[in-house]
This record gives sequence, structure tokens and C-alpha cells, in this order.
Amino acid sequence: MTDSAQREGREEESRRGPGHWAKQVFLRLGVLPLFLIGALVIFTWLSENFLTQRNLLNVVRQSSYLVLVSVGQMFALLTGGFDLSVGTIVAVTSVVGALAMAALHAALPEATFLVITLGCLAGIAAGGLIGAINGLGVALFRVSPFMMTLGMASVGFGIALFLTGGVPVYGMPFAFSDAFGFGSLLGIPSPVFVAILLIVFLYFLVSRTATGRYFYAVGANIQAAELSGVPSRRILFLAYLFCGLIAAIAGMLLTARLETGEANIGSSLALESIAACVIAGVSLRGGVGRLENVVLGALFIGLLSNGMNLAQIQSYLQTVVVGVLLIVAVIADQYRLRLMAADRA
Amino acid sequence: MVWNGEEAPILRVRGLTRTFPGVRALDRVDLDLRAGEVHVLFGENGAGKSTLIATLAGVHAPDEGSIELRGEEVRLHSVHDAREHGISAVFQEFSLVEELTIEENLFLGNELKRGPFLDRKAARRRARELLESLEFPLRPERKVKTLTRAEKQMVEIAKGFRSRVSVLILDEPTASLTERETESLFALVRKLQAKGAGILYITHRMAEIREIGDRVTVLRDGRKIETVDAGSTSEEELVRLMTGRVIDQIFPSIEFSPGAEVLRVEGLTTRSGHVRDASLEVHAGEIVGLAGLVGSGKSELLRACYGLDGIASGRVVFLGEEVNGQSPRRMIRRGFFYGPPDRRAEGLLMNRSVRENILLPAIGTAAYRRGGFLRTGKERDTAAELAARLQLQPPRIERPVSQFSGGNQQKVLLAKSLTRDFRLFVFDEPTVGVDVGTRTEIYRFLAELCEEGAAVVVISSDLPEVLHLSRRAYVLYRGEIKAHLVGEEITQENVLQHFFEREVA
Repeated sequence: MTDSAQREGREEESRRGPGHWAKQVFLRLGVLPLFLIGALVIFTWLSENFLTQRNLLNVVRQSSYLVLVSVGQMFALLTGGFDLSVGTIVAVTSVVGALAMAALHAALPEATFLVITLGCLAGIAAGGLIGAINGLGVALFRVSPFMMTLGMASVGFGIALFLTGGVPVYGMPFAFSDAFGFGSLLGIPSPVFVAILLIVFLYFLVSRTATGRYFYAVGANIQAAELSGVPSRRILFLAYLFCGLIAAIAGMLLTARLETGEANIGSSLALESIAACVIAGVSLRGGVGRLENVVLGALFIGLLSNGMNLAQIQSYLQTVVVGVLLIVAVIADQYRLRLMAADRA
Repeated sequence: MVWNGEEAPILRVRGLTRTFPGVRALDRVDLDLRAGEVHVLFGENGAGKSTLIATLAGVHAPDEGSIELRGEEVRLHSVHDAREHGISAVFQEFSLVEELTIEENLFLGNELKRGPFLDRKAARRRARELLESLEFPLRPERKVKTLTRAEKQMVEIAKGFRSRVSVLILDEPTASLTERETESLFALVRKLQAKGAGILYITHRMAEIREIGDRVTVLRDGRKIETVDAGSTSEEELVRLMTGRVIDQIFPSIEFSPGAEVLRVEGLTTRSGHVRDASLEVHAGEIVGLAGLVGSGKSELLRACYGLDGIASGRVVFLGEEVNGQSPRRMIRRGFFYGPPDRRAEGLLMNRSVRENILLPAIGTAAYRRGGFLRTGKERDTAAELAARLQLQPPRIERPVSQFSGGNQQKVLLAKSLTRDFRLFVFDEPTVGVDVGTRTEIYRFLAELCEEGAAVVVISSDLPEVLHLSRRAYVLYRGEIKAHLVGEEITQENVLQHFFEREVA
């Protein structure tokens, strides 16, 4: 081997060093893997309690609510919109579910199972109703998702406060919290269990059914979708309905964990769920995004707040970090698109 | 061209090359524009005219080649930059802000100020002077969104004249003007000519070339073919230069075997008024051409049948059933395929894969479903098979459509028509922005469809397409069907006679 050939070989090698590898990962998978690795390294270094099985399990359990809401949010984002009312949906669900359950429990103290079932249904129906109204506004009356969901966020929050007078709702059967808040099934904490079930179901819906495909089609180009026979209005409606229902399920799980119905929970969920999706590569223009990445994105945000808690970073500052990362993710995504275009040319 | 000491051209273009992903839009184009001449650019759709003027107006940077202005090489970084150099362009697509007034639009980016404040009085006065000098009957305080298309065109032209112009580029400026407006535009062009400006003028209309052109440069497939004298070159010669090849090599010969009636339209008037009292019929085993200028209603007519435009009166009968006012979704189920003209806007999901695009009309059907789930294996097989049949290049069905060239994107759009049992195939501008090679393939595809017994409609602004593919042709003008030509009657003269009624009349 001649000198120059050796040099070339070395250059080749250096080109395939960590920098090259990181670039390839970034191009293919986006910014999320880099964020995850960064978070793991930094928090492991900052706190010895971070990288323990117990803590990581804890993160998964705490994140399951955000995972659910983010997966719902993804449907709205896929169709090219978003849902700012997810936090309100969680609050309304919590309040209505808790009120219904408390009232039924007082009337039928023996029928615990029935009381819990009916209470959950009432709460989820209330949250789903807000989603359905969002869907009608966006699909039928062509209200922009921004105005529609912002408006409903205000309506729902008002109703939740009105129903409770701003005071937490007590009086639910203890079995509810025992089962859904603190219990576990097959060794898996129940909120995580519910989340896994839903994720599996939604994964098949999104990737293996015509309806799932249509969410992407409507978001990528609603006119082309319509001309190809996609029932675009029904799909838009379903996106917000699903988003509402999934957020409502998260709302009931959170209510079980808190043991009270509260109007003030979920205020940060709209931002956090959109952040989880965007960090996971869901396009704000619609038509692009993968469910499994969104789950990872939401887990990342959970990991972040857990790590910052362990590192004793003030909660006020934590919201600053989430906001900054969200913006960085968007900038990185645009940079990635440019790199991909350059790679092709 | 030999340099022989005659007066230097005002604009000198040498070896201008510009590539877009998959397409060489301009290939070493030379052009000289003399002071005081009207230089016509002539060529088919996709020949490179638009790219050439966009490059000269500073929209695109050239990959190679030079632009000299009065003997000095210039680099144009933006439209603004080009205008500073005295090159002003009036594009077909308007660059007006709808919510602003005419005067605000005229001085947008170049506002008249007194101190730090806008000088509205001066703007109004200057705008009025400008519009008066052009003899455009417009009040400068009107909002642009209240204007008709023709009036917007006038504002766009006026914008081109707001600063001192030495090179003016006009892209089919008369397309939406009335005869009187056209006359005053021509008068203006002559005035500018007399002042020594050079004018680059794009038109498809022979009459205009005769009336106002001095020289004609013919472009084809991104190359300059020849520059000829406008006065002494015959129409036939220009068309030959423009198409440049033996017609038989591009267009297949098609065996028509007309059968049962598939579509019948009776006295159709759309709610928008773009189509008035139109009647036509389409049979299985034939290709029917619809010709006409942009805005003649040829596209809207079939779009109304497909359920995209509202129908005010008349009847649409498809496969023996009246189908007025159905949605595209229902029409697809009945077997009506419509391939829209603008694949980016209406045809394709640009950031989704070829496979998803091709199968979008079909995945809702039972053939692709098993127990509620999509049959993804069958989906992949179909997509791969159709990609092979249409010779998609590269044959990568999982790639986003946006990464393919225009011609291959068009193939994806065509492939959608083969995923279901369609009975009528309507292709609206099937070869727009497509290179010659792909064009030939697309024509063969249409011929095969027809020979397999399908009813095919080709809507096209590209005249040769209608002339050589159709068994019968309808010519539309301003929303009405002016002629129905069969077989041998479909000649350029016969079609053009109705195409350019205004010029003929």
C-alpha cells in the first residue's frame, strides 16, 4: 500500500468516525436519538440515582399520561392541525368522572365495580365530547384548528371550574385509585398497562388500516386526498375525536392517581404533547410522523423532568428547558431537511 | 453568431444552464436582446421559456453561463437586484398582495417616504400618473382583492414600469386582457421600444408575433434551437422549429374501436359560470380530446362531471345513470378516474411514498382488506408491478414522491388509474412539465388504455397532443363548446380557428 493510499484510508476512517455516525443517525431518525443519548449521559453524570432500574421504571409510569396524550395529539398533527385543548379535556374528564363517581358511590355504596365503570364512562364521554366538537368545527365548519381548540380549551376549563367551584372533588371509591392509580397488572403499573394496550391498538390502526393511512393522506395534501376518494371530512373529525378520547382516558388514569377530580390539572399538557410529537419528528405541516417515535418523544420529556428533579433543578426552570428544546428540535428538523436535500443533489 | 461590429446588444446571454432535480431546464442557452427590439420567446410548455426569464429576472441563479448587461457581466441575486439593474419582469403568476391597495402594491418594497413616514400623497400621485400613462382605467386606492384577473394583470404590468426599465420581460401578458387593453399594452411596448428598451416577450399566439415581434428565438427541451426574423418566417416553419421532430415518433398510432357510451353531458352549465351549455359524449374504446386556451372551461367541464364544481343546470349521465352533484369519492366508486393537471397541488401527496400514492384510491376497497386490516403485501406487489409497467425511474416504491423528477411524478399519478376497475379515464394536462422521452411513454400508455377498451378523455393546452391522440375533439372557447371535430377534421387549422377566435374575428 502506498503512502497516499494509506492516507486516503485514514481519511476514509476519520470520515466514518463518531461525527459521521451522528450525522447519519440524525439524517435518518431526526433529533430524538441524539436528545435521548444526551439526556442519559448528562443525568447519569449529575445524579447517581438516575440510571437505576427503579428510577427508570418510575419515569415510565410517570410518563404514561403524557405518552397517551401525545399519541392522541399525533392524530391532530398528522392531519395538519393540532389540539390545544388536550389539557382542558383531561381536566373536564377528571371533574366529570370524579363527580359522577362520587355521586354514584354515595347512592350505591355496595356496587363499587358498577360505580367505577359508569364514572369512567361519564368522564371519558365528557372528554370525548369536547374532541367531537373540535372535530365538527374543524371538519364541517372549516374553523382553523388553532381557533377551534383554543376556544374549546377556554369553554372546557370554564365548565370544569364552574362544576367544582375550583375545589377538588372527593368521595370516589378507594378501589378506583387502588386499581388504576397505584395498582398493577402482571407486574406492570396499571397506567402503563393501559397505555401499552392503547398504543398497540393505535399502532395497528395507524399503520395497517385504510383509515390510518387516510390521516397521513389528508395531512400531506387534503385536495389530492379528496380527489383520490378519501373522505377527508370524516377523517378530520375522527382525528380530533380520537385525540379527545385518548386524552380523556389519560384524564381518568390521572384522576385515579391523584385520588381527586381537579379542574387545574393538565395545563402544561398541550405544550408538552406537541413538544413530544415535534421532537419525535412529526411534521407541523401534517402528513409525517410515526407513532412509535411519539411514544419515545413523550418518554424523553418524562425522562427530562425526572432527571432535572434528581439534579435538583427548580421546576420553574424546567419549563424553560422544555420550551428551549422544543424550539431547538424545530430548528434541527429544518436543518435536517436541508441536509437531506443537499445529500440527494 | 459572428461579432461584426454592429451595435452591442443590451442584454447578452451566453451558455446559460440551469438544472432542477432530474431536469435540465436550460441547457447552454445563448440569447441577444438588442435595444429597441421586441424579442419573442417561442416554445412548447416545458421548453425552458419560464426558467429562462426567471433566471434573467433574478429568481433563479444559473448553474453556468453568463449574463451581460450593456457589455458588463452581472450577477442577479434577487428580483430586486435585477430591477436595480433595469431588468423588470411581469410574470403570469401574480405577485400581488391581495389585502393591499393598488398603489401600495405598486411601490411595495420601494416605498416613497418623507422622513421616516410613508408619503401617501406622493404614492397616490405617482400611481395615478403611472396608470394614466399606461391608459389603464384603475383607481389606485382600490384593494387588489377586489380586482378582476385582467385588472390584476394590469397592476402587475404597471409594477414592471414603475422604475426606469431597460429590459422588460412580459410572460404572456395578453392572456387575460381584452382587445382594447391589449392594444394599449402594445402601444406602450412600442413607446418603450422607441426609447431604446429591449423587450423579451413570451407568447403562444402567432398573431401577436406578427403584430409586435421583431425576432423570434425558439426554445425546445431547454435548448435554443434558432433565432429567426419574425417578419419573414412562416408559421409552419415556427411550428416545425418548436416541435422539431417527426410527429410519428412521438405519437403512437392508435386502433380505435368505439363501443358503448360511457359519459354523456347534456347542456351543462356550472355554477361558477366557467362552462355554459356544454354537451358532449365519450364512448368506450376511443380517446376524446378537449382543446382550448387556459380558462376556456375545458378543465372545469370534466371537473364538474367528477363532482368538483357545482352544476347549475344540465345533465351528466355516466354509465347510463344520472350522476349530477356526486362527490369525487362516489364517482371513483362508479368507475370515473380524474387525473388533475397540477400534480403538486391536487394530484400527489408529495412527502409520502410512491406506494402510498399509487394505492390511495384503492386501499378502501375490499380487494385490499382482510379482516379489517390492510393487505400490505398485496399493496407492495401492486405498487411494484405498476411502477415496472410505467417504467418508474428509479423503481423505488418506498421513496417519497418529492424525490422524483416531474416526469416520474406524472407516472405515479397515472399509475393511480390502474389500481381499481375504472371505466372512464380523464387526464387533465397529462404531460405538463414532462420531458419528451416520458411524454412518448405517457402517450403509449394512453393508447394502450384505449385499445384495451377504456373510454379516455385527454384535456390539453398542448395542441399537438389533442391533434394526434384524439379520435374526436371538442374545442372550447370562453366556456362554450365551439366545435366538435371527428377524425380527419382534427387539424391544426380547424382547432386553432376556434382556439383564437378573438384574433380571427
